[in-house]
Amino acid sequence: MSTPSNLRAIDTVIVEEHVHFTLDELCRACRVEHDRVVVLVHEGVLQPAGGDPREWRFDGASLGRARLALRLIRDLELDVNGVALVLDLLEENAHLRAQLRQMGGR
Amino acid sequence: MTFKDYYAALGLDSSADQDAIKKAYRKLARKYHPDVSKEDDAESRFKEVNEAYHALNDPEMRAAYDDRVRREREAPQGYGEQPGGPQGYEFSGRDFGGRDFGGGQGFGAGEPGDYSDFFESIFGHQDRAGAGQGRRRAASLDHHAKIEIDLEDAYLGATRTVSLSMPVVDAQGRVTMTVRQLEITIPKGVREGQHLRLAGQGSRDPDTQQAGDLYLEIAYRVHPQFRVDGRDVYVDLPLAPWEAALGASVEAATPEGRVELTIPPGSRSGRKLRLKARGLPGKTAGDLYVVLNIVAPPAVTPDQKAAYEALARAYPAYDARSSTEAKR
Repeated sequence: MSTPSNLRAIDTVIVEEHVHFTLDELCRACRVEHDRVVVLVHEGVLQPAGGDPREWRFDGASLGRARLALRLIRDLELDVNGVALVLDLLEENAHLRAQLRQMGGR
Repeated sequence: MTFKDYYAALGLDSSADQDAIKKAYRKLARKYHPDVSKEDDAESRFKEVNEAYHALNDPEMRAAYDDRVRREREAPQGYGEQPGGPQGYEFSGRDFGGRDFGGGQGFGAGEPGDYSDFFESIFGHQDRAGAGQGRRRAASLDHHAKIEIDLEDAYLGATRTVSLSMPVVDAQGRVTMTVRQLEITIPKGVREGQHLRLAGQGSRDPDTQQAGDLYLEIAYRVHPQFRVDGRDVYVDLPLAPWEAALGASVEAATPEGRVELTIPPGSRSGRKLRLKARGLPGKTAGDLYVVLNIVAPPAVTPDQKAAYEALARAYPAYDARSSTEAKR
């Protein structure tokens, strides 16, 4: 597609591959207060590197995972324990489906 | 504006108690939530169910809706034109909206939770970030949207113009959609479900002039030929029976163009040929799988019929059922 504009296209980065978040940055990206993300860490839904919340570093995949968890908590009225289990099961489900496809199913 | 039957959306009648409404919503939300559901129309069904629940879950809002239903029944030709001037509903705001997560609000349609015109005609515009819940909305200038791209663009990288719509609420509380177009780079190898970050493309704080970021979640447009599984890509390759039986050299389509493939003799339908690192590019590139599909040509002319008869004579003991039985 050719665009007539001679403005340079906006550069994008793939979050999952090139971005790390501090607690502050992840909260802003998810549009929630700190406490919402902190409980996700305490339940093991998110696993940042670093010991103290001020030193936490979240990998890029944490963005999608946190947003998914927060959506499920909101829409299915789950508590944080429940959402941790749901996320594990969704992951296992995706893994099994991929295996099934590799074995010849569609 | 279409009238919405919120009770029907939850499979209830209008005498249902609050407990029944909650139960019905939870059951349907588990069934249709786009993050967990495999139903084709999950997203639109979830929107309906979600809107119905948010109208009926709060007793004040439910009373307003019931009143609207009554008026609709009494004067179906247009409740807005009744004598007595403009009508409106007022709420205490105790549990308005009932939502406390603002993700997905902002740029881009398609997140569940955008309510219909009908809903807003009764309840006004809902701030999904949870006004009135005692929880201050997180101060964030970051935005999210979902975009669909072509698989070919993910293979090769591209520059594309995307249109993003954003609802804007004016001082009177009216909602209008503004559309902006952005020319963006699509990085080579970006996969479905990944996010792109556009620094400084969120909203701007009027005081500090600081700008938030825009995040775009990637989905692939459904492709007529290729299927994608993570980094790996699958394509079907139809073969004539003799090509599969005797081996052949054929052309196959890949997202990067056509390639010459050697089909080994004795190939069976369903067999996968792996083209290493011809899947989605990246630090670890995916593989391309060519799935063989043997197609039997129809016997129309006398010659063709004779050829099938000769084939049958060449296989006197062949039982097609025995092999398919074994496969099942």
